[in-house]
Amino acid sequence: MELLTWTWILVGLTFALYIGIAIWSRANSSKEFYVAGGGVPPVLNGMATAADWMSAASFISLAGIVSFGGYDGSVYLMGWTGGYVLLALLLAPYLRKFGKFTVPDFIGDRYYSKVARIVAILAALMVSFTYVSGQMRGVGIVFSRYLEVEIDMGVYIGMAIVLFYAVLGGMKGITYTQVAQYCILIFAFMVPAIFISIQMTGNPVPQLGFGSMGHDGVYLLDKLDGLQRELGFHEYTSGNKSLTDVFAITVALMVGTAGLPHVIVRFFTVPRVSDARKSAGWALLFIAILYTTVPAVAVFARTNLIETVSEKKYDSLPQWFHNWEKTGLLKFDDKNGDGVVHYVADKARNELKIDRDIMVLANPEIAGLPNWVVALVGAGGLAAALSTAAGLLLVIASSISHDLLKKIVWPDISEKGELVAARLSSVAAVMVAGYFGLNPPGFVAAVVALAFGLAAASFFPAIVLGIFYKRMNKEGAVAGMVAGLGLMSYYILKFKFGFFDGGLSAVEALKPEWWFGISPEGFGAVAMALNFAVSLLIVRFTPPPPPEVQEMVEDIRIPNGECQAVGH
Amino acid sequence: MPDKKKMHDYWKENLKYLAILLSIWFVVSYLFAILLAEPLNGIRFFGFKLGFWFAQQGSMYVFVILIFVYVRWVNKLDKKYKVE
Repeated sequence: MELLTWTWILVGLTFALYIGIAIWSRANSSKEFYVAGGGVPPVLNGMATAADWMSAASFISLAGIVSFGGYDGSVYLMGWTGGYVLLALLLAPYLRKFGKFTVPDFIGDRYYSKVARIVAILAALMVSFTYVSGQMRGVGIVFSRYLEVEIDMGVYIGMAIVLFYAVLGGMKGITYTQVAQYCILIFAFMVPAIFISIQMTGNPVPQLGFGSMGHDGVYLLDKLDGLQRELGFHEYTSGNKSLTDVFAITVALMVGTAGLPHVIVRFFTVPRVSDARKSAGWALLFIAILYTTVPAVAVFARTNLIETVSEKKYDSLPQWFHNWEKTGLLKFDDKNGDGVVHYVADKARNELKIDRDIMVLANPEIAGLPNWVVALVGAGGLAAALSTAAGLLLVIASSISHDLLKKIVWPDISEKGELVAARLSSVAAVMVAGYFGLNPPGFVAAVVALAFGLAAASFFPAIVLGIFYKRMNKEGAVAGMVAGLGLMSYYILKFKFGFFDGGLSAVEALKPEWWFGISPEGFGAVAMALNFAVSLLIVRFTPPPPPEVQEMVEDIRIPNGECQAVGH
Repeated sequence: MPDKKKMHDYWKENLKYLAILLSIWFVVSYLFAILLAEPLNGIRFFGFKLGFWFAQQGSMYVFVILIFVYVRWVNKLDKKYKVE
């Protein structure tokens, strides 16, 4: 069967499944809408968290990033998994015991202050909007590559689907569709990876395969190191980035992960405190299945690509090369006119431009797998993008209807009224996200760093101190968050946008001025440290929190007992 | 409400677990995979250089194990203090 037919069938089937689940899991109360009624089993919540967490970028781009970065790519692998250890040990169980609906809920109650709540709402909205615009764009791009529709059309279809199940089912609908989406995306990722591992190394487990020997009896990684050296690239197993920067980026991503509101709220949905701990473990296990496969795919794809194209005659290249040339993901420019592909590190002599996304997208074709597998990768990419978009939209909607409307503007709103408001805010959120998907701000890629940096610089210290330091008061927490957010925004504006030095063109020249040699991606680590320092300094000169707040802190540290907050 | 002294002990034991597990978390990622990656790369682990393996495989396996160990330890602790 034709590839396009297969793709339409698989995408159609999965979409029908998502809609079916949405109808089955309609939300009837605000508690169901915000936290799925607090009744999601830990394993399923683990799957939902994994799907929520792994975006189109994880699914499509990560292997490519690692493939081109080699050792440098490790910062993403460790940074985006290590954060779950922090979540499971330092945040999830206590926030579950606290037992409300959102992150600003916790900040507002723990720091007994409207100002703290508003700062938290602003941070949650900033983080989630930056993140979601990239996801909607991702949906459009996957559509256009696999279904041959316009990117804009793809964004509209994605909006319609997310709108349907997010508005109808709220967190309940989102949770169960995410479970389905996890199964689809992990299957779609693993099938080609396993086949390619068998082809290249004879080992069906990719994680072991990329440490084995190829058919020529040479260890795959040694061979790749050699190929890289020959072509003038850095060795695959060592990197280009400085030690400080690798360290800082890993910290920023780990802490940012633990501070992302759409990930944290997932732990409000399980029945008990012990389930919150357990489901963080399941979530990381499900994520690690993909994340430990990624570096294997990266090595297979890079070796394959170099061996197939480097110093080969252009006319004798396999068909997939020409197929992907048409999409613009591969570009060959025969600079010296000898009809041979020279792929080298030296920019002046290099003749081949490779888009990093091709490492996942073209993999099944390179390995000669059947069309249905190729189509499956498309359905998997859509599942990854949609699940993350939906999770983010819910955070935005609940920030507006619950944190802002119910808690600040209109405390007397009825249960029914709040549910209506929640649905309306998700409609509004989908519209705004769709707008950014259709008119992507040129800086989408740049702002992802900002999302993590902001989460690391604002939420993580405030929540951790709120749980582990009983004397932490509102003055300290608010000052810390404002300082962290402020410094992070300043650094990104200066070094990512060149805001103070004449725009984007100035960014490259500013690199030598990086503080401590730390890139904007890693600066969240510094901003977080500043937040901690400011909080701990201010708290010394200001009065301790009232006794009932200190009692609440003691209460959330103990797993049992009725959480005073549940069901509000 | 259970008595304060007991809850205080519970919390102290919990913090001890956190300290142990987070130290391991730090060692496998920041120490083995980053700060000591260069010297560790001199050691072979099957087809991998050891530092590289920790950065792209080992640390992630350890992360998963750490959480499940924590779940086990704390569940036992909950039982001991009858707070499950």
